[in-house]
Formats: sequence, structure tokens, C-alpha cells
Amino acid sequence: MNNLEKYNKAFMEILNVAELDLESLEYQKISAWDSVGHMQLIAALEDIFDIMFDTDDIIDFSSYVKGKELIAKYGVTI
Amino acid sequence: MDQFSKYTALVSENGEHLSYSDLLNFSDIFSEKIGEHCLIFILCSNCIESAIGYIGCIRRRIVPALLDKSIDITLLRELLENYHPKFCWVPTFIAGKITGKRVYSFRNYTLISTKYEQDYQLYHELGLLLATSGSTGSPKFVRQSYQNIQSNTESIIKYLKIVQNDRAISTMPMNYTYGLSILNTHLATGASEILTEATLMDKRFWKQLREEKATTFGGVPYIYEMLKKLRFNKMELPNLRYVTQAGGKLSAELCSEFSKLCEDRHMEFIVMYGQTEATARMAWLPFQYAQEKVGSIGIAIPGGRFSLIDADNNEIINPNIAGELLYYGDNVSLGYAQNRFDLSLGDDNHGVLHTGDIAKRDEDGFYYIIGRKKRFLKIFGNRVNLDEVERLLKKEGIECACTGIDDCLKIFITDPSLKEKAGTYIDNHTAISHGGFKVIVIEKIPRNPSGKVLYSEIKNYD
Repeated sequence: MNNLEKYNKAFMEILNVAELDLESLEYQKISAWDSVGHMQLIAALEDIFDIMFDTDDIIDFSSYVKGKELIAKYGVTI
Repeated sequence: MDQFSKYTALVSENGEHLSYSDLLNFSDIFSEKIGEHCLIFILCSNCIESAIGYIGCIRRRIVPALLDKSIDITLLRELLENYHPKFCWVPTFIAGKITGKRVYSFRNYTLISTKYEQDYQLYHELGLLLATSGSTGSPKFVRQSYQNIQSNTESIIKYLKIVQNDRAISTMPMNYTYGLSILNTHLATGASEILTEATLMDKRFWKQLREEKATTFGGVPYIYEMLKKLRFNKMELPNLRYVTQAGGKLSAELCSEFSKLCEDRHMEFIVMYGQTEATARMAWLPFQYAQEKVGSIGIAIPGGRFSLIDADNNEIINPNIAGELLYYGDNVSLGYAQNRFDLSLGDDNHGVLHTGDIAKRDEDGFYYIIGRKKRFLKIFGNRVNLDEVERLLKKEGIECACTGIDDCLKIFITDPSLKEKAGTYIDNHTAISHGGFKVIVIEKIPRNPSGKVLYSEIKNYD
């Protein structure tokens, strides 16, 4: 699995969304992506890519698209 | 509150500072539209309009039932039919869903006069109705008196030493007893509260906390899990004086971690214990004991007292013996209401609350909650504590919720890859027979807005 596939899989499994809907996905726009879902998503991404997000990046992680940009800061190319 | 006129009472999400005189003025205009002793429903959110409705009611002895603004509309209609409130104070976008006449609007809220027949009486000391935490599907309310609210507010102010220059920031809904107690205690001292709907995972929350110089906030256990994930230990928060924790038992690991890191940062971490049935708070752990007495709920709040009873209702005198926790105090609510006819009832509890929690007391008089009376199963004759099973699996990194019936423990997990691990762990590390449990994978563990697991909903998953 490449990084994009891993990234997508985390979203699809934790937030229970289809691959088609990923691009438009935003924090708090679906019930699964609430504060608890956010915490689980962050924890999963940290595990998968073996990184540790800074606080500012956790609270800035407001969408699927934004997340890709943030994760690049940790040397993960998606 | 009248004496604090020029001070800021509430700070809104968009940065508006509302003074006490404006708060009282708006509240009095609101309550005049109602003008009589009656029941009203308020659909709460953390905003000024919602607070004005609540304060307006309390000042005029109008009885509000506080509900969540995101309440399911079918459930709301059932409650309306069951309770016949004379008015509803709701976000305007919901107003169209409620039958009645719009009589007043203030900013984003609308007051609706319902057409219900007033075929019931209100007990003269009844001040407030709150839903019991976790029972979203039930029409059951806790009946709180004015004396309950007054007494608990004074007690909390005393032990937390809340002063006029304190400023809380909301992390929980206003209709949740813990959230409401923060509002009550700050307004009673001339302090202020920042009302926000933003969660801890939202940068607007942290921006407002810093810019408006919040001195405190409270959190249920999952809030502390979030704080840990957010590297709370590395945040620069010079104005934060103390944080409180209640609404469920925090894991011993998180509890000692937060008490240490708060101490290092000259901040207090105060563990508390309460229930809606006791208005809000019953116990607190003074910060100087936070590390020594980790896992304890502490001691009874000023004006309250605990005792423990065994299965035969005899008081347990010796330390370190588990029994049901009983609380005595002026903040013990009047009782429950299941429908509008119960609103005429007086004081059913007479100042004594059977908490339903199993606790023990150590030699120094500190109390520890070790379970709930009803959260256990008998598996082939052996007593199995569901909270204990959850705690064991969580320690193994398995997020879960346990429920079930006798001889069949059901362990609900969310991560399919851990199904085998969970089963193997129970087999190898507990006395529960393999045939006595099932591990079931579900999408998400249902929780109420404050993070408590909704066990009654989990039952629908299998």
C-alpha cells in the first residue's frame, strides 16, 4: 500500500466514509468526524506513519485535503 | 448578580463581552414575555441567548427544562406531549418544527407559546429540570429545587475558591449538570464564562482561551484524553489557574499524569464527583492530595456527607470495604419526574441520595469509586464487573464497551483487527469462560454529548 492508500484507508475506516467522498470531507461536517473521531483519526495517522503531530497541526487538521498538506511537514509524501 | 453590573458576565464565541447589567436586563425582558409561573423547554447551546433564557427563568421562578439543541425532533415531540410546557425557547431555525405561536425573538432564539392545556401543577420549590446524563431516550428528568441549586453553587464556590476575576471557558453543554454548575458558580461570584460551541479539537477554542485569558475549564474523561493527544503538557497557558475533572472516572494513568504536569506548571488539577441527582457536585479531591490519592474522588464537598452501606443496608464503618455510596446534603435533588403530573411532587429524597455507585473509603477518609451497582453480570455463577472488563481491555489498547445478560458478556469493539486479541486476552487473563462472552465489532461506540457511553443504544447493535 502506498502512502495515499494508507491515508485514505484511515479516513474510510475511522470515519466510515466512501473513497468517493474523501476529497470534500471536512471536520464536523459529518457526525463521525466529531472531536472524538478527530482524536481517533489523529492517533491512527500517527501510528501508520510513525509521526507525532504538533498541537497546532492537530487543531489545524480541518479537512481531508488540509491534512495531506500538514502531514507533508513530517516528511510523509502523499 | 445585580451588584456586579459593570463586570463582564459572558463572552460569546464572536468575542462580545456581555456585562451583568445587560445580562440581567435581557433576562428580565425575556421573562416578562412569559410573565407567569409555568414550565418552559429551553433547547440549550453554549451561547448568550440560551443563558439569558435560563437566567430569566431562575430569577422569575419560571421552571425551565434544559435540553440539548441537537435533540432528536421525534424525541422532542414526545417530551412536549408528555410535559405540556407553556413555552419553548429554541434556536430560530428549529422554531418551525414546534407547534405554537412565536411571541418573542432575541438574536438567534425564538420564544414559542405552545397550545398545551395546563392540566398539571408545579411544586412551589421546583426550580429546574435536567435530564439524567446518558438517558437520552428517556422522558425522565431530575427535579431540582432552588435550595438545591443555591446550596451546591455556594459549596462549589467555597472549595474551588472561585473569585470575581476568574473566567471559565465552556467545554460541555449548558444542559449537562457539570456544564451548568460552571455557569452558576461563575455568575454567582461576578466572574465570567466564555461560551463557545467549539471543541478542544478546534483551533478557535484555543484562540479564545488565550485571547480572553480563561482561568479554568472542566472536563469529562475523554476531554483529558484529547488534552493528552494535543500535548497539553507543551502548551503555553499562563492564565490557566486550575482545571477540574468529573463526569466519570479518569484512568489512573491519566489522572497521575495530569496531576504531575499541572503541579509542574503551577496549576491545580481537581478531581470531582457528582450526579445530576445531587444537582451537580458531591465530592472533590483537594489538589495537595492529587498524587498521593490518585484514583480517589476525594472527600464530601462543604455541607455534604457520605456513608457506605452493605447489601443489607447496614452502614459500613471499617475502611477499605466496598459498599453502595450514600450522600447527604442540601443539594440532593427532590426526585425524578416521568411526566408533567410528577411536577407537583415535593421532596422524595429528603436529603439522602443512593448514588448507585459502589465505593470504598481508605483509612484517611478518602473515597474511591470502584463500580456501579447495576453494571455487573453473572457469568456461570461468577460475578463479572463490566467496568472492570472494559478497564482491562482498555489497558491493552482495546477501545471497548461491555454490556450483556447473565451468562453472555458482550464486548463491543471498534477495531476489527483487535477482535482476536480481545478474545485471547479475556481467555488468558480472566476467569470468564470462553463460552461466556462474545466480541462484537461495531462502527462506533455510541456516546452522549459529554462522552459517556450509551449502553442502552449499544444493545440495539446485536
